[in-house]
Amino acid sequence: MNLLSARFNLEFDDFIFNVDFEISVHGFTVLFGPSGSGKTSFLRCISGLERAPEGFFRIGDEIWQDEDRGIFVPTNERSIGYVFQELRLFPNLDVEGNLRYGLKRRTRLNSNTLFNQVVEIMGLESLLSRHSGNLSGGEKQRVALARSLLTRPRLLLMDEPLAALDTKRKQEILPYFQRMQSELNIPVFYVSHSLGEVLQLADTMLLMDQGKIITSGPIQEVLIHPNLRKYLGQTLIGTVLDTTVVRQDEKFQLTVLKFNNHTLYVPHRSVSPGKQLRIHIRADDVILAVEPMEELTSVLNVLPAQIIDVRDSYEDGCKVDVTLDIGCPLLASITRKSLINLNLKPGNNIFAHIKAIRMANEVD
Amino acid sequence: MNLFSFDFQPIIITLQLAGVTVVVLMIFGIPISWWLAHTRTRFRPFFEAVIALPLVLPPTVLGFYLLILLGPDGWIGKPVEAMSGSTLSFTFTGLVIASTFYSLPFVVQPLYNTFETIGKDPLEAAWTLGASKWDAFWTVASPMALRGYMTAIVMGFAHTLGEFGVVLMVGGSIPGKTKVLSIEIYDKVETLDYNHAHLLSGGLLAFTFLVLLTVYYINRKFPINVS
Repeated sequence: MNLLSARFNLEFDDFIFNVDFEISVHGFTVLFGPSGSGKTSFLRCISGLERAPEGFFRIGDEIWQDEDRGIFVPTNERSIGYVFQELRLFPNLDVEGNLRYGLKRRTRLNSNTLFNQVVEIMGLESLLSRHSGNLSGGEKQRVALARSLLTRPRLLLMDEPLAALDTKRKQEILPYFQRMQSELNIPVFYVSHSLGEVLQLADTMLLMDQGKIITSGPIQEVLIHPNLRKYLGQTLIGTVLDTTVVRQDEKFQLTVLKFNNHTLYVPHRSVSPGKQLRIHIRADDVILAVEPMEELTSVLNVLPAQIIDVRDSYEDGCKVDVTLDIGCPLLASITRKSLINLNLKPGNNIFAHIKAIRMANEVD
Repeated sequence: MNLFSFDFQPIIITLQLAGVTVVVLMIFGIPISWWLAHTRTRFRPFFEAVIALPLVLPPTVLGFYLLILLGPDGWIGKPVEAMSGSTLSFTFTGLVIASTFYSLPFVVQPLYNTFETIGKDPLEAAWTLGASKWDAFWTVASPMALRGYMTAIVMGFAHTLGEFGVVLMVGGSIPGKTKVLSIEIYDKVETLDYNHAHLLSGGLLAFTFLVLLTVYYINRKFPINVS
């Protein structure tokens, strides 16, 4: 299993990085937090580029650092891939030379099969003889990722790999990341401070602030936590749902989604039926009503729900957070005044009216 | 002027001296520059100053101390004499040692600048791809530093070609052994043999100019690439 234990403690001039935790890694684990929160230090400690004086790190049955026993495995002997923010392609080598650099050093058998597979996944066939200086930002990005993948790492570390790209380029690259994940199944530690990347990629989210881990867990559970509003911001707090596209409604130009026996309508998206689509519903976009009002309002998506929890998590005292059960949790932010007017209490059956749904890949 | 009376020996000795010195300089200069570019010691300015000394010190001062060091009672000369039976002063080997000190900053400076420009980033990338430090130095840093290597070699060579004071102090002016081009020119001028002085000086001028021209031309064509 990919159980990962880490204990790092590093002191810098202006902040202290202090991490002690255990997590099971699979898919994308996104390290989210403001700049200067210690995300990069975390990756550097894992990779061995930084050595925490009393550090400990274990992945599965491999111990890479245990200062109590004097163990410190140097970077080049750790089975990691590292995609740096500045990519760091070797300017003296062409694309193929860059790709084969790690391949030659880390993998012995079937290296050509792997090479062809990764080149195909990343769409690099036509770039192989290109000089690494003559690539676009997105192409460099794919080369850097492929170069790391070719070492068949146990753990792939990616440090804000898309930070230098504009929104359009990002959206061109992200599908490559997802394809890489579904075909090669390498656990990824992905550093980001972009809401869009978090929503689109994260399976697990690890929230960091001021050198410490605030919380970690499946993204659905972390984002729905009202107490984390001050770290995540008003726009990210809400509900993440992985839905399936059922059909396209040609008449009204709507796309019909399904999850947990509920049906949702969203403006037309060109996604074929059967595909997964991750959506995000902001807590502010959920309206509560004691009766279904489909006939009285223009809101299209109405779900029966039960109140499980009411929480005073806002600091200003004007709004409250209401957690609902719709087969899974759904978070709504309403005013305290409405809460009292409607006399809402845990256990009540009500109707959640969802006035806006965001596609994860459209959040910036 | 009779070409048959022309003495090629100082030219040959000078080229030999510059060639051997450059090899020695690179062997010592690369590790020194590498260390200087990557060390975190707070004494770095101290080492930088020591290496830069020959740039500003009068060659006679450097030559004087080297003469004492290399002489039969010197810290270097004595053990060498005990082992090999001959002293270093006034020999070709002594000249090479002296020239190495004299030209060190001309080799270390460009190498140090290059290594600093390249920085640690590409090396870290190489380590994460499974390359050991030694491997990464040869396969990543060195190819990226080619231009710096070339500049260092040319500067070290050209600077050694023209040295005078140190060579005179340490090597004397023994014809066929330690008499180099610049001393030969001095001698010719002293004896008012302006024809030979012209020929040697002009030749050195043209050669040095050509070497530098080549370096600058190549530099322009192949700039240092740091992604």
